[in-house]
Amino acid sequence: MSLMQKHVVFERNSIVLLIGILIVVAIGGLVEIVPLFYLKSTIETVTGMRPYSPLELAGRNIFIREGCYLCHSQMIRPMRDEIERYGHFSLAAESQYDHPFQWGSKRTGPDLARVGGKYSDDWHVAHLIDPRSVVPASVMPPYAFLKDAPLKGDRIAEDMKALRLEGVPYTDEDIANAVADLKAQVNPDGDAEEVIARYPKAVVRDFDGNPNKLSEMDALVAYLQMLGTLVDFSTYDDKANLR
Amino acid sequence: MSLEEILYSGFLGLLFFYCVLAAGKAVDPVFAFHATIGAIASAAGIFLIVRSFIDRDGRVEPDEINGKPNYNLGPIKFASIAAMFWGLAGFSVGIWIALELAYPALNLNLPWTTFGRLRPLHTSAVIFAFGGNVLLATSFYVVQRTSRARMPGLVTPWFVILGYNVFIVLAGTGYVLGVGQGKEYAEPEWYADLWLTIVWVAYLLVFLATLWRRKEPHIYVANWFYLAFIVTIAMLHIVNNAAVPVSVFGSKSYVVWSGVQDAMVQWWYGHNAVGFFLTAGFLAIMYYFVPKRANRPVYSYRLSIIHFWALIFLYIWAGPHHLHYTALPEWASTLGMVFSVMLWMPSWGGMINGLMTLSGAWDKLRTDPVLRLLVVSVAFYGMSTFEGPLMSVKSVNSLSHYTDWTIGHVHSGALGWVGYVSFGALYCLVPWVYGKRDVYSLKLVDWHFWISTLGIVLYITSMWVSGIMQGLMWRAYTNLGFLQYSFVETVEAMHPYYVIRALGGILFLAGAVIMAVNLYLTIRHGEAEKPAADVALAPAE
Repeated sequence: MSLMQKHVVFERNSIVLLIGILIVVAIGGLVEIVPLFYLKSTIETVTGMRPYSPLELAGRNIFIREGCYLCHSQMIRPMRDEIERYGHFSLAAESQYDHPFQWGSKRTGPDLARVGGKYSDDWHVAHLIDPRSVVPASVMPPYAFLKDAPLKGDRIAEDMKALRLEGVPYTDEDIANAVADLKAQVNPDGDAEEVIARYPKAVVRDFDGNPNKLSEMDALVAYLQMLGTLVDFSTYDDKANLR
Repeated sequence: MSLEEILYSGFLGLLFFYCVLAAGKAVDPVFAFHATIGAIASAAGIFLIVRSFIDRDGRVEPDEINGKPNYNLGPIKFASIAAMFWGLAGFSVGIWIALELAYPALNLNLPWTTFGRLRPLHTSAVIFAFGGNVLLATSFYVVQRTSRARMPGLVTPWFVILGYNVFIVLAGTGYVLGVGQGKEYAEPEWYADLWLTIVWVAYLLVFLATLWRRKEPHIYVANWFYLAFIVTIAMLHIVNNAAVPVSVFGSKSYVVWSGVQDAMVQWWYGHNAVGFFLTAGFLAIMYYFVPKRANRPVYSYRLSIIHFWALIFLYIWAGPHHLHYTALPEWASTLGMVFSVMLWMPSWGGMINGLMTLSGAWDKLRTDPVLRLLVVSVAFYGMSTFEGPLMSVKSVNSLSHYTDWTIGHVHSGALGWVGYVSFGALYCLVPWVYGKRDVYSLKLVDWHFWISTLGIVLYITSMWVSGIMQGLMWRAYTNLGFLQYSFVETVEAMHPYYVIRALGGILFLAGAVIMAVNLYLTIRHGEAEKPAADVALAPAE
């Protein structure tokens, strides 16, 4: 009986065919995905990574809502031109708290993995309101409505609880102070020590230039200004993390 | 009422009350809106079940009439028309966003019409709404015909078709209103994902139950592909969309995977949405409609066995080629590349099996534009499954990744392969299920074919040029060792190609409009099929 004739078993029994398919399609995923969860070399050891502050998290949710990832990557590849253009290549450690990841797949606009601190808040606000006012050849959509939209941040603690359930190391204290921290981060005249203690390197500023209003623009610019700023590359040892 | 009708009514009744409750307690307006849609849809579902129960007056459609299977064609008709509708919608949104990239003023300075919100609308409308309805329609037809059995269930087939289209509405309105979980090709939020899971299980059960009633000893090859598509998409969908909702009365959720693991899961899903939704499912269409239209048997039975198992085994590994040179460990990326290159072989196995089915019937290409659409689709399949392995090679990918070359590659597969094989199948299917001899006008099919072929050529050539050019500009250095171009200079250089691409899209849409008119005329004014004369077969002497 040749091999081809044995195939009759699959052709005559739908459940055998179904189980056969399931086994065959499961293998590739199991081999490629499962080791990423236990191989220690997958995520580099770095100093400085922390979960997003409540304001940054709210900004990140706006970034996702507007589909920014469809035109902007957050993943610098280790090639000379990319490193010169965007900065140190991205590490897996830098997106370890990203649910979901935002590496992107297309650069209609430039990479944003290290855009934090590159431009002023004023530039970001002007650019988001009317991209062509600062970059005449840009094809980016305008996001002027963000400046008028009040940030709905009063439920941000619930978001942080969901993330904690998934393994993001928010403490009880972080969650209890979430709304206060969110407001404190846009108030440079207030007492921001606690925010910075909980979220080292957090930038405390009135991001959108309107101190009377906590807008979606505040949150999005806060997120953009922290991208890629957490890991201290002056002390990072590439060789120690060779994979 | 039958048990099935009672169970569905009960389920939809519970869903109705949950939706009303959710609409009242919703923490964000989009969730309230979607809960309202859910309440209306479940109430409409109960109404339809009750009305059909009263209409049928205790009668049940017989499984056979005069010894011939009495196929259930209603859901197929609905899905065929829905496919055409969503196709036109999806192509139009595609043109709109293509023009936005050429003329950004078309973003209209409104939140709902920005590229970022419309792009998922385009991809979901063409892949899941157009492609999905084509797959539902053809699979329900093919599984019944090749099993020579009526699909079981009074409600379930309709539940699958209508439930799937409700999912499309939830997904599409969500994108425009700014609800999405931020994963490409898997943007719908947790509640839409859950709903799709329920619909999908019903789909698998109807499909299997039809196979169980088959009067043929063997399961036909097209059904292997459909089954692989249904089962694998279920697996991919559940794993990739695993999420924790922030509130059961809110739209926002967080995907359980993060960072590098999420990237791997996402492209394991994303590439196999291509592999199983857009390839295995449509290969099933090829295995039924090409032989049927050419009136020739499938070229090689052995080849179909080998390429089926090889294709589904190898495809699953190919995902990491979307993540070359990223923070994904190199071993995974290399595995992705190696398996992608190997995948070339079973892909071409399928192409050869499809093309060689025409042996002895090649002359029909001159006279039958429907067959021409089907055959050219297989040729495009061969082309893009050659380009794919090429682009998965790391050194090629270092240039092509992040550029329009990827977009061009996707569209040579999407427009040329998935689009054309769907068009060919619909041109066959609509006359069959409406009892017509053929499409209303073959001349119009000819026009459709040539106009959209021109559109595809413009699309993919412009994207090759813009993609390769942009990739080269990003890495260009002056002789003093500085980067030659700023990023925005490379954006500026794309403009003429974006205009040409949009023009290609407009031609493709024009072809589809011709098709919609032709199908409408077929349904309304097509020549009725003559009932086949009952020839008494004489025993051979």
